[in-house]
Amino acid sequence: MAATQEEIVTGLADIVNEIAGIPTEDVQLDKSFTDDLDVDSLSMVEVVVAAEERFDVKIPDEDVKNLKTVGDAADYILKHQA
Amino acid sequence: MSKIKPSQGAPYARIMGVGGYRPTRVVPNEVILETIDSSDEWIRSRSGIVTRHWASEEETVAAMSVEAAGKALADAGITAEQVDGVIVSTVSHFKQTPAVATEIADKIGAGRPAAFDISAGCAGFGYGLTLAKGMVVEGSANYVLVIGVERLSDLTDLEDRATAFLFGDGAGAVVVGPAREPAIGPTVWGSEGDKSETIKQTVPWSDYRNAGEVAKFPAITQEGQAVFRWAVFEMAKVAQQALDAAGIAVDDLDVFIPHQANMRIIDSMVKTLKLPEHVTVARDVETTGNTSAASIPLAMERLLATGQAKSGDTALVIGFGAGLVYAATVVTLP
Repeated sequence: MAATQEEIVTGLADIVNEIAGIPTEDVQLDKSFTDDLDVDSLSMVEVVVAAEERFDVKIPDEDVKNLKTVGDAADYILKHQA
Repeated sequence: MSKIKPSQGAPYARIMGVGGYRPTRVVPNEVILETIDSSDEWIRSRSGIVTRHWASEEETVAAMSVEAAGKALADAGITAEQVDGVIVSTVSHFKQTPAVATEIADKIGAGRPAAFDISAGCAGFGYGLTLAKGMVVEGSANYVLVIGVERLSDLTDLEDRATAFLFGDGAGAVVVGPAREPAIGPTVWGSEGDKSETIKQTVPWSDYRNAGEVAKFPAITQEGQAVFRWAVFEMAKVAQQALDAAGIAVDDLDVFIPHQANMRIIDSMVKTLKLPEHVTVARDVETTGNTSAASIPLAMERLLATGQAKSGDTALVIGFGAGLVYAATVVTLP
């Protein structure tokens, strides 16, 4: 069953916590991965790959650069999940 | 029909010795920061690179190779006259013909070995090793020098903040010879030409000639995120396939020597492969930078020289890079 936006944000928070050590409560829709959460471009790739597995979605390289905030990523996953 | 006598090779092949050459000049991040707007902290956190070696005019592709080959021969206990095969992998020898392998063979004092260059980017060492193993087992050579050598400083755009800090120069060599027991596992190798734009030379040499001085000299450029994703997640699968093909479980592995592309790639591969704590991981990129085809033998030599790895250890080696191409295998360290 497809995940809700809330479930996706919770999942992303777990992933960002695991990869970058950021507290899960800091991972909010309006937060920028690079500016607010200290997720650099390479860690972002790890976040994307983990999100692909968790939410059964494909996020190609060319789309990764458009995912600036947690909200961007949640919307993308919501739209593209299988 | 006449019957052709088949060639007679050795039952197996092994790496008998390894040698490396790092150019004299050590280049710290401060020097890189003279031409790009970045910081030592940024370079370290994105690549793990603190210093790299850049070759002088005298430290040519051939000269560095001769040094590395001499050390590998001494380590193997083989004389230059016994060498009957020389394979050189490089993308930064600027004279296309004749093959630099012939010059190196001549300079080390080998007789008349089969000598040729290959182009397989950062997977070049694995490609060369696989060819050498085939030659020894098939019987067309007894002792083959496999050399990975680069002067990537010649192909570095010092104004490109994404790659200026990445590349280094050096040569690494191994001697491959006959063995009674298997000591080089099956190679898992391949290419993904549909990803040729991911890591590439900016413009072909012919463009540079035609455009004259208005064009920027060719350099190596890459799409960092795409390379990182492919290297970490796709190459971890290839590394696992090489372990499976050799019948080696991660618990039985002693050493992991991935191509020294970037510390972040190495760290993430280790995590993705779930390598146990006891496995020694080569992290030569910190002080050598990314030396493409030379990186695996250079890292191997340093692990053995510093006692972090020992002769007889079982090591997983994997190279991956421009093409995209890759080659992974399990070897017994010399």
